[in-house]
Amino acid sequence: MKNIRTIIKKEWAEVFKRRVVVLIMLLVPLLFTLIPLVMLGVMSNTGVGGDVSPEMLAQSGSMPGDMETVCVGLSGNDCMQVMMVIQFLLMFMMMPLLLPITIAAYSIVGEKTTRSLEPLLATPITTLELLVGKCLAAVIPAVGATWASFALFNIGLILVKVSPGVRAYILGPTWLLGILVLGPILAIIAVNFALYVSSRVSDPRMAEQVSGVLIFPFMGVILAQLAGVITINIKFMLLSIVVCALIAVGMFYLGTIIFDRENILTKWK
Amino acid sequence: MIKTQDLRKIFKIGKKQKETLVAVDGLNLEISEGEVFGFLGPNGAGKTTTVRMLTSLIRPSSGSAEIYGLKVGVDDTEIRRNVGILTESPGLYERLSAEQNLRIFAELYDIPDPEKAINKYLSMLDLWDRRMDAAGTYSKGMRQKLAVARAMLHEPKVLFLDEPTTGLDPEAAKTVRDFIDELKHQGRTIFMCTHNLDEAERHCDRVGIFKQRLLALDKPSALREQLFGRKVVFHLANTTPEMCAAVQALPDVKALEQIENKLLVSLDEPEKMNPVITRILVDKGADILFIGEIKQSLERVYLEMIRSEESSQTKKINQSVERNRA
Repeated sequence: MKNIRTIIKKEWAEVFKRRVVVLIMLLVPLLFTLIPLVMLGVMSNTGVGGDVSPEMLAQSGSMPGDMETVCVGLSGNDCMQVMMVIQFLLMFMMMPLLLPITIAAYSIVGEKTTRSLEPLLATPITTLELLVGKCLAAVIPAVGATWASFALFNIGLILVKVSPGVRAYILGPTWLLGILVLGPILAIIAVNFALYVSSRVSDPRMAEQVSGVLIFPFMGVILAQLAGVITINIKFMLLSIVVCALIAVGMFYLGTIIFDRENILTKWK
Repeated sequence: MIKTQDLRKIFKIGKKQKETLVAVDGLNLEISEGEVFGFLGPNGAGKTTTVRMLTSLIRPSSGSAEIYGLKVGVDDTEIRRNVGILTESPGLYERLSAEQNLRIFAELYDIPDPEKAINKYLSMLDLWDRRMDAAGTYSKGMRQKLAVARAMLHEPKVLFLDEPTTGLDPEAAKTVRDFIDELKHQGRTIFMCTHNLDEAERHCDRVGIFKQRLLALDKPSALREQLFGRKVVFHLANTTPEMCAAVQALPDVKALEQIENKLLVSLDEPEKMNPVITRILVDKGADILFIGEIKQSLERVYLEMIRSEESSQTKKINQSVERNRA
C-alpha cells in the first residue's frame, strides 16, 4: 500500500506540473457543469413549456420510454427539464471517461520518453502495485473532478432557481448510480485503454487522441437515447454497471499483461 | 556472490514473433564479493540484457543466476531490494527536483532514514547546491550523477553500472570515476558494462569480453598475456646479426624481431630471461641503453577477440549457406 501511495504522489507531482493537463482538468469539468446550469436556468426562469402538461406530452408521443412515471406530479416545464437533464447525465458520465485518458497518456508516455520506467522497475515494487498506483493516480482526480462538478452543479441548481422536483430527480438513484458507481468504473476502463494505447505510441497527444475513440460507444448511447431506442433509468444504470464492471476487470487484466516488466522493457516502442 | 550458469536469453522477434534472436547464449560467470567486474562488448552484444536478467528485470529463457544466494526468477523482489542499477540513460523525473527524485526511490526502497541518505549522496556527488532545481535543468553530467546517487541510495550490496561515463564531459566523467573508486574502496561488488576500455582497465579486477557469449574472462593483464604473450624491448646503441642469432638461439625465446637498434623479444617469463639475454648481448659487445616491457592495450585485446569472433561467425554462416545450397 505504501508503494502505491508513493507512485500516486510521484504521478501527481509530475503530471500536474504540465500546464495542458491542469487546463484540461479544470476546463472540462467547468464547461460540463456550466452548460447544463445555464440551459436549466434559462428554462426555469423563462417558463418554457409551462402551458404543457406531462399528460399532453405523453399523448403527443414526444416523451421517451418510461418518462411518464418520472414526470408524475411534475409541471410541464419541470418534466421537459427532466427530459433534458438525462442528456446532461450522459455529459457528466463523459468526464470520468475523458479526464483519466489525459493523465494516463502524459504519465505513461512521459515515462517512456524520459526512460524513467526502467529505474522504477528495478525497485522492489511489484507490477501490480505499479499498475494500481498508475491507475489510481489517473482515476482519483478524474472521479474527484466529476464528483466535485456534480456537487457544484447541485449548488448551482439552487442558485439558478431550478424547481425542487427537478433537483430531486437529479439527486435520485439514476444519477447517483451513474455518478458514484458507473463513473469510477468508466474511469478504470479509460485508464487501462489509455495504458494500452500509450504502450504503443511515443507521443502523449497521440495517445490521448487515439484513446479518445472510447468516446464513440458512448456517443452511441447518447444517440440511442435521443432516438428513443433506450431509456436512461435505474434498470439501464444497473445493467451498465454490471457490463462495464466486467469490461473493467478484463481491461485491468490486460493492463497487468501490458505492464509486465519484460513487456515494458523489451516490447514497448 | 554473482553466479550464472548457462544463462540464456532468446527473444522472439518479427511481426508474428516467429523468428528468434539469441541475446545471451550460455553465460557462465562467478563474481566474488568486493570484486569490480568489467563487462566489455560491442553494441548489441547482450550486455544490457544480461544486466536486466541479473537485476530481475527480465526473465532468463534458460539457465540460472544467483545474486548473494538469491535466485533470479524466484527471489526477484529481494534481488531488486539488494542491488542498485545505473541504467544506460539516467531516466530521471525531469519536472521534479533532485531531492524529490531521490525521495521517491528512498520510499520505494523503504530506507529507514531517507533524509540522511538523500543528503549524504547529494553532498557526495556535488549536487547539494542545486538539490531543489528540476532535474530537467541539469547538465548531462549532473543527471548522471543524480542517477548514480539514486542507484546508491539504499546502499546495495551489488551495483550494476551500464555505461556509467558514456557521453559525459571529462570533468563529469572524472567525478563518476572517482566515485566508482570510492565504492571499490568500500568493498562493494560492482558489475560494470562499458565500452571505455581505459575505464575497465583502471577500475576492474577482472574483465569479461562478451558477444552473445563470453569470449574471454580474466584480469586485464592476464588477457593481454594470453593473447599476445609478453614482449620485452632491448634498446641498444648498436646491433649485429650475431647478437640477434645468439638471443634467438635461447630456448625460452618465442620470437624475436629487430626494428632498427631495438630488439623485440617475446618471452613467457621476462623476469627469468631478461638477465640472461642482457648478459649475452653484453658479451656480444652490445651497449644496452634501456630495457622495457611492451604492454598491449586492453583495447587491442578487445578488438582482437571481437574480430576473431566475428570472422568465426561469418565462417559459420557461409558454411551453413553452402550446406543449404548443396
